[in-house]
Amino acid sequence: MVGAFIMSALAVDDAFRIHMGILTLILGIGVVVAMRLPAPVEGVAHSAGYMDGPVRVGSILTVFWGIIGFTVGLVAALQLAFPELNFGPWLNFGRIRPLHTSAVIFAFGGTALITTSFYVVQRTTRARLFGGDLAWFVFWGYQLFIALAATGYLLGITQSREYAEPEWYVDLWLTVVWVAYLVVFLGTLLKRKEPHIYVANWFYLAFIVTVALLHVVNNLAVPVSFFGSRSYSLFSGVQDALTQWWYGHNAVGFFLTAGFLGMMYYFLPKQAERPVYSYRLSIIHFWALIFLYIWAGPHHLHYTALPDWAQTLGMVFSIMLWMPSWGGMINGLMTLRGAWDKMRTDPIIRMMVIAVAFYGMSTFEGPVMSIKSVNALSHYTDWTIGHVHSGALGWVGMISFGAIYFLVPRLWGRERLYSLRMVNWHFWLATLGIVVYAAVMWVSGIMQGLMWREYDSQGFLVYSFAESVAAMHPYYVMRAAGGLLYLAGGLVMAFNIAMTIAGRVRTERPMPTPAQLQPAE
Amino acid sequence: MSLIEKHGIIERNASLLLVGSLLVVCIGGLVEITPLFYFQNTIEKVEGMRPYSPLELAGRDIYIREGCYVCHSQMIRPFRDEVERYGNYSLAAESMYDHPFQWGSKRTGPDLARVGGRYSNEWQVQHLTDPRSVVPESIMPSYAFLAKATLDYDTIGGMLQANATVGVPYTQDMIDNASNDLIAQATPDADTSAVADRYPKAVFGDFDGDSQRITEMDALVAYLQMLGTLVDFDSYDAEANYR
Amino acid sequence: MDYNTLRHFADSWGLVYLFVIFLAVAVYIFRPGAKKAAIEAAQIPLRDTDERVDSK
Repeated sequence: MVGAFIMSALAVDDAFRIHMGILTLILGIGVVVAMRLPAPVEGVAHSAGYMDGPVRVGSILTVFWGIIGFTVGLVAALQLAFPELNFGPWLNFGRIRPLHTSAVIFAFGGTALITTSFYVVQRTTRARLFGGDLAWFVFWGYQLFIALAATGYLLGITQSREYAEPEWYVDLWLTVVWVAYLVVFLGTLLKRKEPHIYVANWFYLAFIVTVALLHVVNNLAVPVSFFGSRSYSLFSGVQDALTQWWYGHNAVGFFLTAGFLGMMYYFLPKQAERPVYSYRLSIIHFWALIFLYIWAGPHHLHYTALPDWAQTLGMVFSIMLWMPSWGGMINGLMTLRGAWDKMRTDPIIRMMVIAVAFYGMSTFEGPVMSIKSVNALSHYTDWTIGHVHSGALGWVGMISFGAIYFLVPRLWGRERLYSLRMVNWHFWLATLGIVVYAAVMWVSGIMQGLMWREYDSQGFLVYSFAESVAAMHPYYVMRAAGGLLYLAGGLVMAFNIAMTIAGRVRTERPMPTPAQLQPAE
Repeated sequence: MSLIEKHGIIERNASLLLVGSLLVVCIGGLVEITPLFYFQNTIEKVEGMRPYSPLELAGRDIYIREGCYVCHSQMIRPFRDEVERYGNYSLAAESMYDHPFQWGSKRTGPDLARVGGRYSNEWQVQHLTDPRSVVPESIMPSYAFLAKATLDYDTIGGMLQANATVGVPYTQDMIDNASNDLIAQATPDADTSAVADRYPKAVFGDFDGDSQRITEMDALVAYLQMLGTLVDFDSYDAEANYR
Repeated sequence: MDYNTLRHFADSWGLVYLFVIFLAVAVYIFRPGAKKAAIEAAQIPLRDTDERVDSK
């Protein structure tokens, strides 16, 4: 804290001064809160002595960051539809959009991953988290990273590397936290009481290791001053572009896919109360996925100044990636074999199944879009945005909601959720929201791409760029409506979770049970 | 122990699993990224590329700070419509001094790779201040605040130095004179011969119409006005650089 | 080691090498002897006793 205060005083630019001031404030509040906390009481609630403190706080914060991320996304969507909603300089679209992507990927997704990985690794190894309070350090350290990244974006502190915008000092901090995370996770695996390492942990481990590698290489930079926020990346131009998209695509591949697959391989069998369909398929899924994903980055750079051979490699591996992805999807869906009736009776299962279905959909759409001739049309358009959201809202969001609904009653020792009917509401609001969003962006993205390349019979371009912007307006409005539905679903979840933690149970008509269903005639 | 039983070692040994995954994920990145640093034909041989002048570099930092790359690409693909709309397709050489690159990934607004010299300074300032006053369909935010913000160039020498550290060919001469060059480029009727020598094709003048001080608007417009103007395409041999 | 040498290697031996590795991994994992261990491992999450009795 004192260090941050000194840095603030010595800062060479205003943004850095304010940022260090914010850091001082956060650390100050942290110290006060920590000193006022009651002394920890050991061994409450859980017999096996699992460390569930971070998991409990993490479940709440996952919901919190989800709501924040969706809200900022809705703001960004509305800014594109109604540009008067830009309030510069701090709330202009150029600063809001990185805030939205990072809030959703790193704050919501990252907190969900750390939280569930801490829960899963303890249950599947039957060992307490390694390192004692180190797990708390990882947890709060990561939250500090989120706070610094978010405030930095609004102050205009950015490296302009998509999904890796935070500047050098925030990156260094994340590296420290991430190494600690690896130590906690690996340490727990090493002291496990279960001889075999369950496959969910493989995915979590690959996610942690690969994100460390990607983060360090992509953020290599030379700061202008150790008392200033600005730095210049080590690589330039074409090499820098490929390094960034090697990172960017694998942020999707390892952060948003491998980590959440770990979640799927634990929570889906758990909620369905039956083992995964084929454990051996999951092993193939693992190795094929981590080997192939890392090659796919260049498909973000088709027809650019990146050499052709690299583009082609990226395309070929992206198409191959379809296979392990669908192997994983089939494995997840088939876990419900012989128990499909749970789809009707258990809204949490339904949530997880739709997540896996969206995983299948977007891992099919992705390879299609990586084909160079398709990419020629889709690149730079809103089709890409639609694709990302069918993966992020559909797969990442829904599987996380499923995990949270699974976790909260167990963590707080509640008999059940406050309301299962509200889970059902959440399910339909979110699904409808995604469908509206993805369909609108798909149609408008293709329209945009076609307008840009439309020629008339005399060989002139038909549309000016501005006309294509005007044509997007109704779609941007509809997209915001889709986002609003998704956010509404999130708010229903937040209420449901809050009531569950408060120990309330809603009196409601029960969800249909198999006995109540009419037999087929 | 038979070969068949050895699989259990990986599945039961966390450290091996860690090392195994790390090796497997390294392969793709190594094969794709390393050759870019060694193949001679990755970056074309062109005439005219030079490092950014101090004022342009300061403007580029503002471009990054405001997240312009979120909506504007700087990478024209080799298609008929793009070349007709934006100009010659972009070469790798044109971003070889870009730390970091600004190719972008989305065109909510048009490509800016060759926007330099397309519009007057007055148009750029008016457009940045109130986009819809010149392009009614535009959904761009207003950047009027840039014209009010005095450019902070205390660290400009350090900025050039940091770029030199990562490989941009700034000379000691350029670094030492960074501050003066920046002022000269944005001041009407200043002696600009030394700057012009150091940074050929640099555009001079009072960019934002406010000759009293150097604002962030000056820097940003200076940067926009040089984008894509450096390479001499008359002397560029596309076939020799085919890859 | 220029572009052409690497390209030729990648299109021939590189391709064969990766394909053979894939086949070897697949055969290895799906060999009959591995079935028992896999079924056992798949039960790990369900063996956990630390939770409420009715998980509906």
